Amino acid sequence: MKRIYLDYASTTPIDPRVWRAMSPYFNKKFGNTMSLHSFGQEAKLALEESRERVADLMGARSNEIIFTSSATESNNLALKGIALRQAQGKLFKKDQNKGHIIISQIEHPCIIESARWLERQGFEVTRLKVNKYGLINLKDLEKAIKKETILVSIIHASNEIGTIQPIKEIGKLLQAINHKLRAKIYFHTDASQSFGKIPIDVNKMKVDLLTASSHKMYGPKGAACLYIKEGTNIEPILHGGGQEEGMRSSTVNVPAIVGFARACEICQKEMVKEVQRIIKLRNKLIKGVLEKIPNSYLNGHPKNRLPNNANFWFKFVEGESIVIQLDLSGISASTGSACSSAKLEPSHVLLAIGLKHQEAHGSLRVSLGRFTKEKDINYLLKVLPVVIKQLRKISPFR
Amino acid sequence: MNKLGIYTKKVIKHFQKPKNYGKIKNPDGVGKVGNVICGDVMWLYIKVGKNKKGFEVIKDIKFETFGCVAALATSSVVTELAKGKTLTEATEIDKEKIIRSLGGLPPIKIHCSVLAVDALSEAIHNYLMRKNRKIPEELEKRHQRIEKEKKLIEEKYKDWIKAEEKIHGRKK
Repeated sequence: MKRIYLDYASTTPIDPRVWRAMSPYFNKKFGNTMSLHSFGQEAKLALEESRERVADLMGARSNEIIFTSSATESNNLALKGIALRQAQGKLFKKDQNKGHIIISQIEHPCIIESARWLERQGFEVTRLKVNKYGLINLKDLEKAIKKETILVSIIHASNEIGTIQPIKEIGKLLQAINHKLRAKIYFHTDASQSFGKIPIDVNKMKVDLLTASSHKMYGPKGAACLYIKEGTNIEPILHGGGQEEGMRSSTVNVPAIVGFARACEICQKEMVKEVQRIIKLRNKLIKGVLEKIPNSYLNGHPKNRLPNNANFWFKFVEGESIVIQLDLSGISASTGSACSSAKLEPSHVLLAIGLKHQEAHGSLRVSLGRFTKEKDINYLLKVLPVVIKQLRKISPFR
Repeated sequence: MNKLGIYTKKVIKHFQKPKNYGKIKNPDGVGKVGNVICGDVMWLYIKVGKNKKGFEVIKDIKFETFGCVAALATSSVVTELAKGKTLTEATEIDKEKIIRSLGGLPPIKIHCSVLAVDALSEAIHNYLMRKNRKIPEELEKRHQRIEKEKKLIEEKYKDWIKAEEKIHGRKK
């Protein structure tokens, strides 16, 4: 059976060019970057070149990039690293406000759970509401800020509904507030879904920290990074041999990082053309689904969304049934997000944008990518209406 | 390989080609269980007749289900198991029997088999109620538990339901 992959938001295959760039680093140039001999120095050189390439794609300096193993690790480092530094000395003292952190209701679970953990350690957390498109309100953010606020972390583009937040405006607002209060509230954004797909410039966005991930952009799993603006006060969470300027001890995963860097290079070169191609396909998909399937709706922002993301909900049917039925027809898509598909609770993001429980249960995410062809979309548009119709026949609601 | 992803081939077979789905016009009993909030709703319709020995049997049975793969498969399999059985035999169908008939269910989906048993019990309970007949103790106990669980879920999600009604400006 033909298999069509339409779940690029969950992970992407490695681009063959990335694979070629990586392969010597598994067995020929396998050195440890901390070694003084030529094997070590070869690896060290590859690491530093990779750092420059990744930095380049976000307009950062290479010394502002810390490599990690995953976006989850980067996000943990951003939140816990900033919080722990701010609370130094009072971490184990009871009844002291250790600092206030602001996130949104539609963050990835690794931000939500890190914030929840910090809350248990005595930090205060505000979770900003979003509107029906998934956008936060800048006025809400301004109102939420207090003198104890140390960090704001807002996801750049939603992994589920694709909505892109006005990061530049948030950055500007925080800069003005910092100036007025003579404070330093750090600003972090999780750009795991957007990096490599749409232009990102850390200076224009005025962020202090930014998370990016390799396996969402045709690089390998096991590599990610955290941009840390020079002068940012942050504590490491992994202590040891002092790799990554002491910010992240661990033997460096050179092959994965080389792959990540090559993936960045390719995205940089091909982004403009690729965005146009994907948007065209994606719009065809959205139009086709909404036209062909009665009682179907688009989740997220109609315009301000990732080029490759489409998220629908279908009245009277349940998401997992749609996904499995599609899979049996050779199409791989997902419900809300891959992480939550083992849970019974509907997606927190869909509930946050105001969907009812049964509506959120009936959602489907289709995410396109570099290897998606028009005929794949045509096939989905042929299969999906039949799947929905079939499931509705069995449903008690109609 | 007898598994496709997290589900057994038997589950997928029932999911893809469900048996006895749809509505029965003028049913003798209806069992409605589950809650849209949790993502599974099962409606079971039965028609009761008599067999040669004069015992009451489930002559016809149909289901309508909103839910995941496991919910649809357990609905289908419970109708298959119950069809032609006497009411007493049908009451004895338990979740283990359903799970066995499907070659197993992932642990997180076991509750779907419970839902199917509940739907069948409720349909029989409903039939006996309509006929003003004495309800066996076991069946009444189950009915009480199902009603209690319904209330608990409504209680648990009270805030959500309220918020949703507010957002959508209409009653559930």
